[in-house]
Amino acid sequence: MLAVEDTHAALELSSGWFLENAWLIALIPAIGFALIIGFGKKMPMKGSEVGLASMAASLVIATGAGIQWMQRTDSASHGDAEAIGGAFSGVRGALSASESGQVEPYIEPVVTQWVWWQNSGLEFGLGSHIDGLSVLLLCLVAFISLLVQVFSLDYVRGDRRYTHFFAALTLFSSGMLVMVMSSNMVQLILGWEIMGLCSFMLIGHWWEDAYNSHSALKAFFTVRVGDVGLLVGTAILFFGANDFAVANLDSNGFDIRAIQAWALSGEGSSWTLIMASSALFIAAIGKSGQFPLHTWLPDAMAGPTPVSSLLHSSTMVVAGVFLVARIYPVFWEGFNIANGGVSFIAVIGGITIVVAALLAFVQDDIKKVLAYSTVSQLGYMMLGLGTGAWLPAVFHVFTHAFFKCCLFLAAGSISHSGSHHSFDMKKDMGGLRKFMPVTFGAWCVSTLALTGVIPFAGFWSKDEIIDNVGANGYTFLFWVGLVGAALTAMYMTRATYLTFFGEPRGAAAGIHHDDAGHDEYATEFREVVISSTDLVAALPKSLSAAANVPGDDIEHDAEGDPAHGGHHADEHDDHGPHESGKLILFPIVILAFLALTSGFVNPTPLAGDALGANLGEGVELLKKYVEPRYEPVAIGEAAGHAGESIQLLELAPLSAAEAGADGKDAYATGCGRSTPEPGTVCFFPKVKHAVPELSKILLSLGVVALGYAAAIGFCMAFYKNKNPRLVGLTERSRIARGGYLFLKNKYYLDVLYQNVFVYFVSRPLAKATYWVNQNVIDGVVNGVGTSGKKAGNWVYNNIDQKIVDGAVNASGTVASETGHGLQPVQSGKVNQYGALLFGAATVGAIVLVILNVS
Amino acid sequence: MLAVNFLLLAAVLFCIGVFGVIARRNAVLVLMSIELILAAVNLNFVAFAMMNDNIDGQVFALFVIAIAAAEVGVGLAMVLMIYRNRKSIALDGLSEMKG
Repeated sequence: MLAVEDTHAALELSSGWFLENAWLIALIPAIGFALIIGFGKKMPMKGSEVGLASMAASLVIATGAGIQWMQRTDSASHGDAEAIGGAFSGVRGALSASESGQVEPYIEPVVTQWVWWQNSGLEFGLGSHIDGLSVLLLCLVAFISLLVQVFSLDYVRGDRRYTHFFAALTLFSSGMLVMVMSSNMVQLILGWEIMGLCSFMLIGHWWEDAYNSHSALKAFFTVRVGDVGLLVGTAILFFGANDFAVANLDSNGFDIRAIQAWALSGEGSSWTLIMASSALFIAAIGKSGQFPLHTWLPDAMAGPTPVSSLLHSSTMVVAGVFLVARIYPVFWEGFNIANGGVSFIAVIGGITIVVAALLAFVQDDIKKVLAYSTVSQLGYMMLGLGTGAWLPAVFHVFTHAFFKCCLFLAAGSISHSGSHHSFDMKKDMGGLRKFMPVTFGAWCVSTLALTGVIPFAGFWSKDEIIDNVGANGYTFLFWVGLVGAALTAMYMTRATYLTFFGEPRGAAAGIHHDDAGHDEYATEFREVVISSTDLVAALPKSLSAAANVPGDDIEHDAEGDPAHGGHHADEHDDHGPHESGKLILFPIVILAFLALTSGFVNPTPLAGDALGANLGEGVELLKKYVEPRYEPVAIGEAAGHAGESIQLLELAPLSAAEAGADGKDAYATGCGRSTPEPGTVCFFPKVKHAVPELSKILLSLGVVALGYAAAIGFCMAFYKNKNPRLVGLTERSRIARGGYLFLKNKYYLDVLYQNVFVYFVSRPLAKATYWVNQNVIDGVVNGVGTSGKKAGNWVYNNIDQKIVDGAVNASGTVASETGHGLQPVQSGKVNQYGALLFGAATVGAIVLVILNVS
Repeated sequence: MLAVNFLLLAAVLFCIGVFGVIARRNAVLVLMSIELILAAVNLNFVAFAMMNDNIDGQVFALFVIAIAAAEVGVGLAMVLMIYRNRKSIALDGLSEMKG
């Protein structure tokens, strides 16, 4: 049963321990979960150490796998160069290799698989399928999970379900890791559902509050709507791809590589592919919070902040994007992305970008702004995938994880230490930049990254998406992307202003008065707070007497200057805003650093030139290592093992000169553009990469700058100077009020779902069902019951009583009478028995003699 | 030597034994009659073995003797118990086995 199937490509690709044992990355957190649940409460740190250790171990293995994957890719390039005779250069140029006429071989993923269960000759595997995409996301998930757990150590300290929180967090990461490394659709569904369950547990972590448990249910059920699509899509793919997979790849229709190859083989009917890709994209809509089903995501903010952070950066919502990226050929063919078809994915992505960004303007809850921002950014990823910009979309997943996680953790830090567990920007924040300089700095870096300002991470990925969308011929969606970028800049400016600038309000004002002392409201609030007993208890004993005097300045000076927030790191946050502790700041600072630098993993070459830095060749690491090469590979005899029989096909469809001279023609043929030649399969379509132009980069930067300028101007006028023409506009202007209410009510989608779907659909449905239940079903049931009773009576009277009982009685009577008849024989006299015995023997002997003689 | 002589003797012994079993009332005498029957059978075995020049029959005769000894042992024990209970070993009075 434990037969490890290692696919060794004939290409002599290097492999390694980490690549072949990558399944440990998901297994370790799963074991960690079991340990925390089982023994967590008895451990010195209540189980959190197990969670941290397991995530750290996963990260180590994932990093090892990443390094070995790079070596594997390099080894393919070098080995191939020797095979072709030095015609191929191992170092990748700035342009795509095929564009310059070089053939880059397809890098075989490392598949380690066990048979999980089998049924009627169909084997369901469980294992790891490691390629560039998996490795990237494995590292990302393990890294973000580790940082979030470090953050949680302090953030949920003293929570009543501290152990369970870490258990669920660990299992959640494990679910994502299982999904990311899945080698077949069944395992993918397994990981997908583990995440669904854990998101329910984590969003409803504080379930005592009805709102939280409702939000958890809403998240679970909304995603569930999409999950139906996943099951349907997987079933369609299985029935479509199974014959092809069995005949050509010695696998079955659940295998992800088989599905990829089948989709590009041209054997599936376009109708099947459309149905499958639509169904699967509905699943992605549900999971990744795309437009019609995005409503669960903001409500998921009911969970603790680390959960929101993990959920919105690298796990859960990325699952839908990952699904599309993983079996991209299906969508490529199904939605005809190759020929610039206006795909379902791109349209939904485009709508989501704008719709969610607009919603972010009317939120007062800082986490909800970030939630809608996530939805909007996921829209970018989907837009990229839907228009053939696979790599930029995956790149955006990568960079977005860092800066969005950082923003959420910063929001958590603010509520933990700055605003007394409130997330309301208008009531409880403002002016926090002086109290929380580190958080403020990290927030600003991440905001700049999110909005796509040039050296920060978001610029490289988001701009690449927008650029590629335009280059692939989707002009309208290109402008949608730019508008989205401007909107992003605006709502983030608003959130930043409300949180960090202006006068402190509510809890943010706290008891500190150094810069809020002239504010009437703040003074009032300070007096209320200062007379409360818990504050007095929290103050140093020698000063507790003085603390009873309201407004006394001395004790506050004695506490130290609150502007230097670090002094208060170890104290509880009843003192008003201060900087958070080291455990909270440490992950935030790391993530902020990555928000600044992670874009340089895959910068566009021209942008590098524009910056004046000669980044040279081989700088686009993601392009080199993550994007699957689209060269067709030969498949051997159907009998042979899939992995072993695949050979490098030295297929150079175009010579270097042709391709170089006319780049457009390079995309006329090739994987995903035309049917692969007999005996070859493709695993990834030939995607275009936009050639970056300075004008486009300047355009997008200009749009972002415009967004910033407009938003800063508005914030100054509206929030700071209280411009009379703007303040109260929603009360005066019907149009403004209508728009505001429309957004405030989230386009009435929740109303639609709850009132229309639930009220007008489910209620009449329930009534009709009740009527059918009462009249039809009950009638049938009663009728069946009555006739059954009658039939039973008849059977009892006739068959049971007469025939069955008659037969039984008759056999008894016969036996009894026979016994009575034979009774005299049993005389009890031994002699008589002897006589009978010998008489019988004599008779027997006579019979024998007669028979033998005659 | 003619085997028929042995067979005739055996038949006579057998008939005497059968008569004894059926006609005698004394349980011990019935047991003795059974021994006669078994002796007749043994004689037949030995006679046929000699006739066929095969040792199997003699082996069976020895086997039957051993079984007969065991059987008599059991039979005499039963007779002893019957005597203890009834102070008689007359078989015609024994009708407890009447069905």
